[in-house]
Amino acid sequence: MADYRLHDHPILPIPSRRQFQVTWDGQPVTALEGDTIAATLFANGIHSFGFHHKDGSPQGIYCANGQCSQCMVLVNGKPVKACVEKTSPGMSILPTRGYPTLPQIKGNTSTAPIREIKVPVLILGAGPAGLSAALELGKLGIACLLVDDKDHPGGKLVLQTHRFFGSINAVYAGTRGIDIARKLTQELSAFPSVEIWTSTTALAVFQDKKIGVLKDGKEYVLIQPEVLLVATGAREKALAFRGNTLPGVFGAGAFQTILNRDLIKPSENLFIVGGGNVGLIAGYHALQAGIHVVGLVEAMPECGGYRVHRDKLTRMGVPIYTSHTILSANGDSHVSSVSIAAVERDFRVISGTERSFECDTVLIAVGLDPVNEFYAKAKEFGIPTFAAGDAEEIAEASAAIFSGKIRGLEIASMLGLKTGDIPKSWYQTAEVLKSRPGKTGSEELPELFRGVTPVLHCTQEIPCNPCASICPQGLIYIDRSDIRAVPKFLGDNFCCSACDKCVTVCPGLAITLVDFRNDQQSPIVSIPYEFQYGAHQKGDEVTVMDTAGNDLGLALVQDVSTIEGNDHTCIVKVTAPSDYARQIAGIRVQEPVVTMPMDHYVEHITDDTIICRCERVTAGEIRALIRNGYRDLNEIKTVTRAMMGACGSKTCHSLIYRLFVDEGIDPSKITDQTKRPIFIEVPLGTFANCENLDGDSHEPA
Amino acid sequence: MSLHNTFDVIIIGAGSIGTPAAYYLSKAGLKVVVLDSGASVGQGSNKKAIGGIRATHSDPAKIRLGLRSIEIFSNWQKDTGDDIEWNRGGYCFPAYRDREEKILKDLLTIQKKYPLKIEWLDFKSLLDIVPDFSKDGLLGGIYSADDGNASPLLAIHSFYVHALRSGAVFQFNEKIIGVLSQAGKATGVRTGTGKYFAPVIINASGAWAKPISNLYGDDMQVVPDSHESAVTESVQRFLGPLVVDIRPSPGSANYYFYQHATGQVIFCITPSPNIWGENTQETSDFLPMVARRIVELMPRLKNIRVRRTWRGLYPMTPDGFPLIGWSRATAGVLNAVGFCGQGFMLGPATGELLTRMVTQQTTADDAETLLQLFPYRDFNSTEQLK
Repeated sequence: MADYRLHDHPILPIPSRRQFQVTWDGQPVTALEGDTIAATLFANGIHSFGFHHKDGSPQGIYCANGQCSQCMVLVNGKPVKACVEKTSPGMSILPTRGYPTLPQIKGNTSTAPIREIKVPVLILGAGPAGLSAALELGKLGIACLLVDDKDHPGGKLVLQTHRFFGSINAVYAGTRGIDIARKLTQELSAFPSVEIWTSTTALAVFQDKKIGVLKDGKEYVLIQPEVLLVATGAREKALAFRGNTLPGVFGAGAFQTILNRDLIKPSENLFIVGGGNVGLIAGYHALQAGIHVVGLVEAMPECGGYRVHRDKLTRMGVPIYTSHTILSANGDSHVSSVSIAAVERDFRVISGTERSFECDTVLIAVGLDPVNEFYAKAKEFGIPTFAAGDAEEIAEASAAIFSGKIRGLEIASMLGLKTGDIPKSWYQTAEVLKSRPGKTGSEELPELFRGVTPVLHCTQEIPCNPCASICPQGLIYIDRSDIRAVPKFLGDNFCCSACDKCVTVCPGLAITLVDFRNDQQSPIVSIPYEFQYGAHQKGDEVTVMDTAGNDLGLALVQDVSTIEGNDHTCIVKVTAPSDYARQIAGIRVQEPVVTMPMDHYVEHITDDTIICRCERVTAGEIRALIRNGYRDLNEIKTVTRAMMGACGSKTCHSLIYRLFVDEGIDPSKITDQTKRPIFIEVPLGTFANCENLDGDSHEPA
Repeated sequence: MSLHNTFDVIIIGAGSIGTPAAYYLSKAGLKVVVLDSGASVGQGSNKKAIGGIRATHSDPAKIRLGLRSIEIFSNWQKDTGDDIEWNRGGYCFPAYRDREEKILKDLLTIQKKYPLKIEWLDFKSLLDIVPDFSKDGLLGGIYSADDGNASPLLAIHSFYVHALRSGAVFQFNEKIIGVLSQAGKATGVRTGTGKYFAPVIINASGAWAKPISNLYGDDMQVVPDSHESAVTESVQRFLGPLVVDIRPSPGSANYYFYQHATGQVIFCITPSPNIWGENTQETSDFLPMVARRIVELMPRLKNIRVRRTWRGLYPMTPDGFPLIGWSRATAGVLNAVGFCGQGFMLGPATGELLTRMVTQQTTADDAETLLQLFPYRDFNSTEQLK
């Protein structure tokens, strides 16, 4: 079978792992140690994991995060989530076809009481916020239990191969997410009062102030904390369009998980929906792995993400269609194309603007919602509770790190184990780091034709200051009191030492260096480059692009190098004519041909659109009820089963609200559904503390 | 008096009792309004019910209401076209100890006096019906093939839709704050938003029946206690009947479960001692307690994955029987309360009975039923098998 594993990557190391065989639907496939089942299947080019019980529609990966239930497969006769369950040698994996048969077991089974423990502090989620909070508690020697559903701490940091924005002093700006995860985890290991339970999913908060968790995926434990910190992060918003449940339509997080954690190429030709930071960054990650990015649609007139992220994609050759929407993902058993159209300011599709593009994957990155159900329940039940990071408010990971740190100290104060106030300036910094992008100015290129000078292609106010912090001569200025200001170069063209440090540290890859010292007609431009080292060599010609993604022409590569102490960002030095050398912001990495529309537009039908992917309830069914006067989500649940499925309405809830809004219903007239535990489906025997839950007592199905 | 607020009957509560009552009353040609403080039909205890439906009680009133309700539920799809996920799976009470065998056989002696399809099955015959029972110590059990189950959510919604079609009016988000009367006769109710007028008012307010009855000078002896339930993922059919294990265990008097038409297993526990009050927040005790009991009874269930849990209220009366009858305090008010967790299964027949009471067409059987369920009776006997 085909091999879709990454064998090299410009940033990520590719470890060598033990290989073994498993079977998929009776056929042998190769797996690597540490694979999830989804990873094994994707590595072998298998994207369709089963068929829905209601209509036989193909099912595949959607969230890759254990949240939805679309990736269900059968292992030893039992349904499991392919994105969570690890592959083990000799495993027989079958696609789901309709409802599974409950396996027979031999004899009786032993049961035992559930373990209950008390801890001073319980932190749900070992992402940037949870780790930072635990660090502060650890430094104070406060006993604290940190639980996370993944097998490694770090949360979404472990997927982030790019350098982080924010402030170097406060939150590791300029360091890659993967490295921040490692640093935080390492620092934490020095503090024995902090215990980490990985592969442990929080299931429910109960009124008797206990939190039920599934430890190591098998043991149910009830934890009674004095204080709870919810740092559970965010879940991706879903989007309703025809074909939205086809294999090949994933959340952006799923895509990054398969690519950057599992080191598998899930796609050859990708189309992205959503121009926030998540979508823009995912596009960049795709390009780094050699995946074509056919295009990106954003319904708003401007991308919501950082300008520098957008510019980065644009100048690599990715077309960004603002004021456009996705109409449909098309294909029979897998995505084969996507249809988009331009929209009016009120998001109505402009007829006649429909176009289709060939692609095998559609990535949904239309925003995040806080995972805040545990926080809400804990508050309701009177547990002293804090929230940090995205679970509190959606923002960048840098903000999550800082809010976690503050919450950690607040918890210590609450427990009476810390004296002294938390500096007021910290709260200000927290606000700055959370801030949305501010004003975007126009690009001001320096009027210099001699000497050497950095060009700051950074035009938008965002909380970020690594360039100002790293310049050895202090020539780049950002107001210390508010790092959201756009950086300014303070020197003239003779004081810069051309050390290239600013070029490599900028998380937005938005700084170049133009050096006229050798040749005033053909200056040398240093361009940051995070693709395969060796992809370009001296003597190559590369297409250089301006910030807006316009093709400036060809430039000759003079040198490809890295600077000492830098990790993985190389500098490509090119010579270019002086009239546009200052405009050069990047190198095209994909050719225009991959982004061309198809000849024919592939059609779209709205009422067909699946809203509830667990129970396959369509927009048409729900819309009919709304038009009939239904305003209680509980009633819509009763009639259609939408929100009643395995995912617990995590994927459809916001979509149903959107249908109401589309119908012009005032949100205050809508009664929300009642949220109930448990968070994910768990075998009954787990609650009975059964021995051998996965044991060998199964008879063949 | 505004005409559009004037009805023949006001029903307080769009739940398991009030909604079928609205259907039958409006079908009988009466102008009915149903008032409920929830946002839609069945948002009180109906949606918390697990869906078991049986006639195999131990007294004539509930057996009669149960048999008629099963007739209605089982013919519902044929009569209306609506699928309420009715499944005639039967009920099964296994016995693993002499104590339970004796209780069940004693009960059977009473039940055999009524036209019920119910019998004692020995160990082997019982395993033919439920092959997944743990065989260790299984003595046999009671099996009643004609009982069944349905979706409370879909059933009440269907009653609601058909009541609307017959002209019934439902007003949601309406909290009752007063009952209006003149010279001891009911004339209407006052809600948070206005007044509704009718000469007949039916109190079908379930767990909240006692405070509502205080509004018209009565004091219906209904106190809610809470029970927790859960539902699993869907799997292929492996279990026919609803299973009730009546062995008491610390924390629970009994528990029961069945496989619904959607392939999901739904289970519920009867706490012991009762947990009185209106609290429906989830407890950490429930899942471990019930899981151990279920897995020991039916080991195969250890691998089925639990999807969601919830907690609902049983409107309990002192003797475990409903309270149906006209109010002594205010003429024109009809009590239909205290169904002790059986409102859903007895609701359709009760709706018909209430209709006959309002239209003064009660039968001799009804008279017997009403005598037994008389709200002002002396509460000295208790229900044999809850």
